[in-house]
Parts: sequence; structure tokens; C-alpha cells
Amino acid sequence: MMELLMYKLSELWYWLKDVVTDSVKLFYFLVGGLMIVFSIFAVEAKKTVDALIALSAVSLLSVLIFIMLRAPDVAITEAAVGSGLASAVMLFALWKTKVGEKK
Amino acid sequence: MRRIWALLIVWIFLSFLINNVLPILPEFGKFDFFMRAIFDIIHKSTKDNYEPVEFKKSANREDGSANVVTSIVVNYRSFDTLGEVTVLFTAALGVGILSASLKRKSFLEFDEHFVLKIATGIILPLILLFGAYIFIHGHLTPGGGFPGGTVIALGMLLLMLSDKQFKVTDVAKHTEQVAGSGYVVVGLLGMALSGVFLMNFLPTGVVGNLFSAGVVPIVYVLIGFKVGAELSSIISEMKEG
Repeated sequence: MMELLMYKLSELWYWLKDVVTDSVKLFYFLVGGLMIVFSIFAVEAKKTVDALIALSAVSLLSVLIFIMLRAPDVAITEAAVGSGLASAVMLFALWKTKVGEKK
Repeated sequence: MRRIWALLIVWIFLSFLINNVLPILPEFGKFDFFMRAIFDIIHKSTKDNYEPVEFKKSANREDGSANVVTSIVVNYRSFDTLGEVTVLFTAALGVGILSASLKRKSFLEFDEHFVLKIATGIILPLILLFGAYIFIHGHLTPGGGFPGGTVIALGMLLLMLSDKQFKVTDVAKHTEQVAGSGYVVVGLLGMALSGVFLMNFLPTGVVGNLFSAGVVPIVYVLIGFKVGAELSSIISEMKEG
């Protein structure tokens, strides 16, 4: 049991070393981790505007990954639609519902 | 209690994924789909003998576009693209009907910002030029009608935010109608001249020139105008309706 645990731990250590020394892998893991953090924040945020900004940030980070994976078409479309247009439309809808609540 | 259930379900899915699916997949980022798809499958011509494509040299191929995604989207699966354009038109129609049927109109009130107004005057022509470049060079460089039209609509959004008096008039709707029916007219011309709907009936020219790939640049310019007009009218209806 103890030996198995040590074996798993050493495997994990070598994997971590591999990730940290390889800059491309480090980039993927940093951007992916930030995307996960932002999406959890978007689910848990108290204000709707904060959730919207976090969603926009998730799209913007996914653009970086698309560029690294050599898909520039998808990157252009995601940058224009996902982080620009969709956020603007949702923001307008949010403002309108707030205006309706006040009256 | 809800969170515990959510964590449990996520854990079950993740363990299934890690144990059963991940060992089958190739290593992340090492999959040479680029080489496989481009040079062996897509550029296989059905008319002539198989030969590799050379930039600015090979001429009269079945698809004359240097960008392979474009040759799939507008050449081989053009009917699919016509369906996508129809879906976008239906979405714009839905937003228009919804905002026209609202009884109580609520206008968004905000003050003009001086810095934003001056900066918009400098940067707006560049944004419009970039959008036009994306859809005119759709068969040569990455991009095409949909991203180009979206960039133009984003320029319109900037103009809307910086200038209070600016409104998207009926010109956008007329542009959209003309461009959308132009796509169908191009398809019908292909049917009249070659026998198949949306056939590439023009000569394809040399790969890499601006005037090449036959009917692809025409269709992409039409799609760019249509998407730009449609998305800017959606934004203006969301803002004003």
C-alpha cells in the first residue's frame, strides 16, 4: 500500500516537472485553469454583471487556446462573437430588465 | 445538499472520462490532423490526376481557394451555408418581432463621453476596413463572411455607444434582403449554367491570386454584407426597441 502511494506520488512529481519545464504545456495548463476559475466564478457570482464579465473573459481565454491549436478562423470568430457581440447583447438585455424593475 | 449531488455527478462523469475515454485519445496537441486533412483528402481533385498544390503556381483546380476551410464551407457544402444564413435571418426576425410587440418601450439613457467620441472617429474606419478585408480575402487568409460581418457590426456598436443620435435605419434591412437573395441568385445561376444548385460555375484561376476560386469571393462578399447588416439591426433593436 505504502509503496503504491509512493509510486503514484513520484509519477505525479515527474508529471509536474514535465509540465513546468515545457513552456507550451505550461501555457495550456495556465490558460485552461484560468478558464475553469472564471467559469466557476460566473456560476457563483452574486451580481449578474460580474457573471457576464467572467463569461466574456472565458471566451477571450479560449481565443488564445484556439490560436495555439492552429485554428485562426475559429479564433477570429470567437473573439468577435463570443467576447464582443454576445456580451453586448446580454448587457443590453440586462440594462433593460433593470430599467423595467425600477418603474 | 444540491452541491453535494452536483459534485457527485461531476465526479462520476470525470472518473468515467479519465478511465475509459482518455487512454484511447491521441496526445493533446500532437494530432497531425492539419497534414492529414489538407494534403491528402481535401486537395484530391476528382477532375485531374492527383498532384500537390503549389502557391501562386497551380491553376485550374477543382477548388481554387488557398484557404481550405473556405473551400469546404462555400464550395463543397454551400447548401449547408445557405441553411446557416437562413438560421441567422430567423434569429434576427425573432428579435425584431419581439421588440416590436413590446407595449412599453424603454430607451437606454447614457451620456456621451468626449474621449470615446474622438477615439471612435479615429478607430472606426480601421475597424470597418479590417472587417471588409476579412471577407474580401476569405478565400486566401483565415476568416470569411461571418467573422467579417461580425467585425463590421461591432464597429456599428461602437458608433452607437459613442453617438446618441446614431440610429440604424432601414438601409440595413434593404442591404440584408438584397445580399440574401443574391446568394440564392448565384446558386440558381450555377444550376442554369452547370446543372447543379450552388455549383462553382466560374473559372477557378491560379491558387493565391485575389481573383481566383470562381464563385467563392462573390458569395463571401454577399454573406459579409448580410451578416453585418443583420447583426447591427439586432443590436440596435436590443438597444432601442
